[in-house]
Amino acid sequence: MTSLPPPSAKKLGLVIDLDTCVGCHACAVACKEWNDGGQFGPLPDEDAYGAQPHGVWFNRVHSYAVEGSGFGIGDSGLGKAKEPGATSAAFSNPESPIANAGLTVHFPRSCLHCETPACVTVCPTGASYKRSEDGIVLVDADKCIGCQLCAWACPYGAREFSIERGTMQKCTLCVDRIYNETLDEADRQPACVMACPTRARHFGDLGDAQSPVSKLVADRGGYALMPEYDYKPVNRYLPPRPRRDGCADTPTKAAPTEALDRAQLPGVLRWLDRVLSR
Amino acid sequence: MRPTFSIICFTVLSGIGYGAWFLLGLGWTIGPICKPGMLYARGETLDQCSAPFATPAGLAVAFLLVSAALLCSLGHLGKPRRAWRALSQWRSSWLSREGIASLLTFIPASILLAQSIGIPWLQWSATGGHAAASGWFGTERSDLVLGSLLSAGSALTVICTANIYARLEPIRAWHERHVVPAYLLLGLYGGGILLLAATTLDGRMWLRDRQLLLIGTTVLAAIGAWIKLRYWRSIDAQPPVTAGHATGLEGLGAVRAFEAPHTEENYLLHEMAFVLARKHARKLRRIALVAAFLVPALLASLALALPAAQSPAAWFALASGVAGLFVERWLFFAEAKHAVIAYYQR
Repeated sequence: MTSLPPPSAKKLGLVIDLDTCVGCHACAVACKEWNDGGQFGPLPDEDAYGAQPHGVWFNRVHSYAVEGSGFGIGDSGLGKAKEPGATSAAFSNPESPIANAGLTVHFPRSCLHCETPACVTVCPTGASYKRSEDGIVLVDADKCIGCQLCAWACPYGAREFSIERGTMQKCTLCVDRIYNETLDEADRQPACVMACPTRARHFGDLGDAQSPVSKLVADRGGYALMPEYDYKPVNRYLPPRPRRDGCADTPTKAAPTEALDRAQLPGVLRWLDRVLSR
Repeated sequence: MRPTFSIICFTVLSGIGYGAWFLLGLGWTIGPICKPGMLYARGETLDQCSAPFATPAGLAVAFLLVSAALLCSLGHLGKPRRAWRALSQWRSSWLSREGIASLLTFIPASILLAQSIGIPWLQWSATGGHAAASGWFGTERSDLVLGSLLSAGSALTVICTANIYARLEPIRAWHERHVVPAYLLLGLYGGGILLLAATTLDGRMWLRDRQLLLIGTTVLAAIGAWIKLRYWRSIDAQPPVTAGHATGLEGLGAVRAFEAPHTEENYLLHEMAFVLARKHARKLRRIALVAAFLVPALLASLALALPAAQSPAAWFALASGVAGLFVERWLFFAEAKHAVIAYYQR
């Protein structure tokens, strides 16, 4: 049934740290690898080694340059709904810690396992569903008719249609890993989280305010993507931290002058100072 | 959004077919009007009763169009053999509701079609046949019930079709208040020009009804053009979704994508980053307005003024109108931009 289940107490999801993500695509590759061989696989590609490879990936890593004069990150109001189309120029602030220097942000994009996802309610067959026990959004490949309406309904691009299979595919939050008792307990995490070399991805229960991921979100001001759609994404993104002062972004700043007590100097050096100060 | 032929074909043809069914059903709901010596379209005078707009050829052609449209829509599915599953989720899904409404509408349409062709078992009442069926089919009462069911089913199906698109928030050009009225109006208008052409095949429409229909389609053409112009003005004023907004990073500064997540097109870019229509929007909109509304309206006026020319006028109006509606629907899909494309900054 594609009507949504009552909200679950458990809301499994990911927290992605945009500060530490280095854009290595290890998460995307590990995801592809696991899902190609796991219970939900395969994720077949068309022309995989040819000139125009084409296939489904559950995770896509974008790279952005954020250029100059924004808010200080602490009071940036990140993730809060702004007027659609409001440009950053309207929020420009020359006092920003990243003023003029710019910032590189790598941005992994995958299913946010929304609390009230339209991709589920638009599905005419019941193939697209949200699990009542943990909130994971899944596609039943045996029921999917491949109408692709769910992909149209998702503003986050979480769903990709497999031409080879004729059905829609999406991130499963590695539901075949996280409950898999044949794996070591430490390995019962999504493949993308396991693969991340900078620990920029965190998996946990965002419905529990005391869970490590919820605390991380609270500490770092984690935000949801495009909240105006009211699909209530579960995943959170942690904004980049303010950059330290004195980085390469402030080369023009004048070095502070140091005080020199001439009376302490020996005669020769006092003479040298006087000569050089002319 | 990529304009898929199967969906454009489905929405245009089903809209026209259901529009025609709606008008025919309305006629049967109003009931037969009997006047001795009233003029048929061919110029014969017959002392007969006929429901307004009733044309067996129109009913049959609309039946063919709706059936073809539904088959077309299957072409869009990755797994067409599982299409029956789409009837299950009517509680939440407009696509599912559309499927159910379209199939239910076939029931009154099939009975009325069978009656108009003259299939024997529906005429038992006339020959004094089986008691169970006798005295109902073919009566004014059955016309009223079947006609109103046909009209209601047709209207409901088009409302469902329009809502499939109008409820998709990430596509702003579809999540727009003119979309549902436009679908209904253009369906009705298409149905009108279809009936005008179809009735030249059997000549079974009162002259007065045909004149009413000619005036009606001319008025609908004007309203249709007006609503599309308003729609286009409205979507042109919609601000684009920016990468800064989509990533939530706009508070930090201007967000510019400097490296794509993948080197080749993926499903999202193939399906949702279609630029051609927006590039040529101005010209294509003009073509749609002229072909869909202006030409048929002029031909309808010509047919009113010059009854002798009404057969060729009706067919030219239908050809131009359908072609124009195809361009209009192509634009509806192709011009629309999906929010996810903001991540790619295209």
